[in-house]
Amino acid sequence: MLTLLFLGRLEDVAGGPERHVDVAAPVTLSQICAQFDADLAAQISDPTTKIALNGVIVAGDDWRAGDGDELAFLPPVSGG
Amino acid sequence: MRDVRLIERDFDPSREMAQFSAAHDAAGGIVSFLGQVRREAGDAAVDMLELRHFGPLTVPGMEALADRALAHWPLAGVMALHRVGQMRPGDAIVLVACAARHRRDAFAAADFLMDHLKSRAWFWKREHTAAGWRWIEPRDEDRADLARWAHIP
Repeated sequence: MLTLLFLGRLEDVAGGPERHVDVAAPVTLSQICAQFDADLAAQISDPTTKIALNGVIVAGDDWRAGDGDELAFLPPVSGG
Repeated sequence: MRDVRLIERDFDPSREMAQFSAAHDAAGGIVSFLGQVRREAGDAAVDMLELRHFGPLTVPGMEALADRALAHWPLAGVMALHRVGQMRPGDAIVLVACAARHRRDAFAAADFLMDHLKSRAWFWKREHTAAGWRWIEPRDEDRADLARWAHIP
């Protein structure tokens, strides 16, 4: 099970703060986006959306997320 | 001394300031900033504000920010308290305080901390008006505020 977290306004786009997906093998961002509708996929792939894998920001696309991992999608912050 | 905390319930800024100043009674001066929930968004009345954070990043990011201030200015202490959860207009959202031997260092460090907490820290904010919930997007002014501090390592 891979846990996906949607922060900020992405929660509304995704229809909830969290999703769980079964993954047979570690997946890339494009493989994850292929399961989303076009609007959510576009916002997740936008360069202003940061991605944290198990709490650590990842850059580029040389990462994979697999069973037991937590992937968080972080849109631009709106501050305090 | 560094005191960085996320606060999940309403807190009393004056009590926090009393403790901070007692802990830094040798400092020449303390500068503080208190942020409160605004009562309006444009023309609409705000009845609730909600702040969300991301556990693995928010507090570590605030601690790193406080450490940057401590490394750059000669400060005796820094306090940065930030609410999360749901708040009403007038509630305290953020309290920053810097203690220093000289006031200019304390003013500059508090300004630096606030600009970064507003535009860089891992918080997402939405407000509730008669029209429902609306996520607050980053503003150009916030990015311009941040650019003032590009020279601080």
